[in-house]
Amino acid sequence: MGLSPRPETRTVTVDPQSQEGWVTTRLDFLVNWSRANSLWPMPFGTACCAIEFMATAASRFDLARFGMERMSFSPRQADVLICAGRVPFKLAPIIRRIWQQMPQPKWAIAMGACASTGNMFDNYAVVQGIDTIIPVDVYVPGCPPRPEGLMYGIMMLQKKVMNERMSDRSLRDEMEPDPSSQLYLPPSTIDELSEPFGNSVNQTRSGL
Amino acid sequence: MKDGFTPATPGSALQAATPPSTLRQLRHRGGDVNPSAAALRERFGSAISASDVVWGETTVIIEPRRAHEIVRWLHDDPAQQYTYLSDVTAVEFRDPEQPIEVVWHLRSLPFRRFLRLKALLPRGTPLEVDSVWPVFKSADWLERECYDMFGIKFIGHPDLRRILMWEGYREGFPLRKDFPLRGRFSRAEQLRQALAANPEARYSMEELTIAAAFEDLPDEMRARLAGGEKVGE
Amino acid sequence: MANRRTVEVALSTSGLDAQGRPTRRPLSASEDGNVLTMEPPLPMEPGLEGDHMLINIGPQHPATHGVLRLVLELDGETVVRCIPHVGYLHCGFEKTCEYRNYYQIIPWTDREDYLNAPGNNVAYALGAERLFGIDVTPRCEVLRVIAAELSRIMSHLVWLGTTCIDIGAFTPFLWAFQERENIYNLFESWVGARLTTTVTRVGGMAADIPVGWTDQLGTFVRSFPKTVDEIDRMLTKNAIWVGRTIGLGAMSQDEALNYGLSGPLLRAAGVAYDVRKDFPYLGYETYDFEVPVGTNGDVYDRFLVRMEELRQSVRILDQALARLPDGPVNIDDPRVILPPKSKATSEMESMIHHFKQVMEGPRPPAGESYVAVESPKGEKGYYMVSDGTAKPVRWRIRPPSFVNLSAIPKMVEGHLLSDVIAINASIDIVMGEIDR
Repeated sequence: MGLSPRPETRTVTVDPQSQEGWVTTRLDFLVNWSRANSLWPMPFGTACCAIEFMATAASRFDLARFGMERMSFSPRQADVLICAGRVPFKLAPIIRRIWQQMPQPKWAIAMGACASTGNMFDNYAVVQGIDTIIPVDVYVPGCPPRPEGLMYGIMMLQKKVMNERMSDRSLRDEMEPDPSSQLYLPPSTIDELSEPFGNSVNQTRSGL
Repeated sequence: MKDGFTPATPGSALQAATPPSTLRQLRHRGGDVNPSAAALRERFGSAISASDVVWGETTVIIEPRRAHEIVRWLHDDPAQQYTYLSDVTAVEFRDPEQPIEVVWHLRSLPFRRFLRLKALLPRGTPLEVDSVWPVFKSADWLERECYDMFGIKFIGHPDLRRILMWEGYREGFPLRKDFPLRGRFSRAEQLRQALAANPEARYSMEELTIAAAFEDLPDEMRARLAGGEKVGE
Repeated sequence: MANRRTVEVALSTSGLDAQGRPTRRPLSASEDGNVLTMEPPLPMEPGLEGDHMLINIGPQHPATHGVLRLVLELDGETVVRCIPHVGYLHCGFEKTCEYRNYYQIIPWTDREDYLNAPGNNVAYALGAERLFGIDVTPRCEVLRVIAAELSRIMSHLVWLGTTCIDIGAFTPFLWAFQERENIYNLFESWVGARLTTTVTRVGGMAADIPVGWTDQLGTFVRSFPKTVDEIDRMLTKNAIWVGRTIGLGAMSQDEALNYGLSGPLLRAAGVAYDVRKDFPYLGYETYDFEVPVGTNGDVYDRFLVRMEELRQSVRILDQALARLPDGPVNIDDPRVILPPKSKATSEMESMIHHFKQVMEGPRPPAGESYVAVESPKGEKGYYMVSDGTAKPVRWRIRPPSFVNLSAIPKMVEGHLLSDVIAINASIDIVMGEIDR
């Protein structure tokens, strides 16, 4: 089942001769390096993944070596929203609001299968992946992902942050949901992203 | 320990001091009947329609509109002392002929007994049953959940409204068998309805009695309340 | 002690106006900085005196132990009323499991009370086996006791860590989670998963313990009490801890019973109800352990009860290790147990049996069962109703945290805002179980 292409495609135009001078690239590096190594997480922990997140922050795995030990429970001071756990529909407006309260630059990690796709909660109550509500940068699979898995996801995000360029203005664009429906993807895309796919349909033998 | 404090110990009403042991080799049907079943039949006669023992657990079927009376008696009577309400829930079978059952799980700690009460609500009749909240405060949220998931009204409950789904949830009662697993609306529509539900704009009647806070409520909500909208379902 | 400074505060009024409402007066320090005097009262703005505030805590909040929303009516900083809102983690467990067969439901029990995943697995397996009319092997019983007690320790460690953070002590959180890592290692070497273990099966366990596992468990059992003692030394007689927890959220015996509390909350209130002692399962009556009972039912008593439960769990683990019998872990019942792979790939009969079991799932006779276990949160049980088919008609989770949390309005009345956080932490809620 192919997915329809996302409605917006972003192109980065970088003109090395005139815009990207030596100073700009050094500045880019400095800004990206400081952002990547001090990402203050906003732990939006709901369920089991939150426990593994806490274990990642604890002594054995230690998020402090990534500069992320300062959990920012106020979204106003956070850089990265780590959605750890399943998000039911009742919680959807909350996570949307938290995302909107976070100032740019901000990123989002969908930790665990529930935040990425809805996991085994393919029912009336659960959002089938938080990327239907907020834009996600890194998806970390697992149920729950091992702390090493989460750290790998964080390192992927750090790599993404390091590859950003100040000249790319559209990176810091705030996503605008449609005012009437509050959705930022067209409904057909949401339905397509949410429908069960692949083998999961056949696992339960009830056709559901 | 405080002076003069005695902990309440289960089994205090049992004369014989044999300690309880793990139940093994239980029979599917038949087996030791909980003496409360016979006592209920003697006391309430017509309100008790049947009693059965399945896998060692006694079930007594009672009349829906006498549930409060029966549960109050089970709580107060010194020979019963069912002072602990474990659960209130409902069962809907796949077979449409079978009635919807409201189930109460009661424990008598002094006698170390477990009793299951059931009330049968035939399909097509209004799903109403007595609330046991006046007897057990634990029934508050348990009955609210039963209402939220099945649509069963508990008469006498002080504040029967949805608890797990949000207040304006329009798709129906999820645990009913005619409610599809993925809900009635499309995913996009479910998201739309969910995102439109402003959590701060939904307060219960109890919260609204905090009169001083009326000024702080969102304008949209004040307008709705002024227009006579009732909160909750 | 030398160099003690005494500050005299001169209050000119009782602090209440004619209507008995508190007046708010600004204080100022005099020039030498020692004596504080009251300024003459400023005219108060209308609407500012004596109103109650409506405050919303959550659903996203560092201290709500999940997505719980508390709406508080405050008089100054005193809680007049508390209205909790749950359902922010409602994920349709009960509905979806009506479309899953009895094997497929086991992973769902992990995710529901995720702090006590192995304990939930055990509870579910007991309930499903009751529905099938199965008794498991002695080795399986002891292994389940081990899994359940390890799970109790895991859950209490999270409670300890998060309660300490809520009240302000950060270090015990790290100690608790380090001990949890030791238990994670144990479960990982047993079934491969740290948190969502899925360690039982209907009729047995996922796997037998590997060689050397009992030695690993023995090491843990010997080293863990030292951590408990360390945390005990840090907290139990600590003036800050005692001051923050004593007298909060007290429930009497009758109130606690009537509100349906169970587990450490009920025992701290003085009712000695523990499902392991009163409605035993897995042979708990043959283990020598005590059930701690408190007197006041306040937060401090709950803390003491849970700390003692940690010690008693280690005691049970010790005994279980000593008595672990040899023998098969799964019972020999073709209705629920799959044939060994060697047979399933070589004999036709076994292959067909395997196929039917995996594709359809085991079918219990029509009936119902409710088996309750003592989870770290309280009385936990799964009420299952079968109509003879492979999928349950009704799969109900009796959630101890749900019923425990419903008593929070009673517990926080009259306390301060910061006490609300401490009381909430002491209830030890898991939103996955409350909202399912």
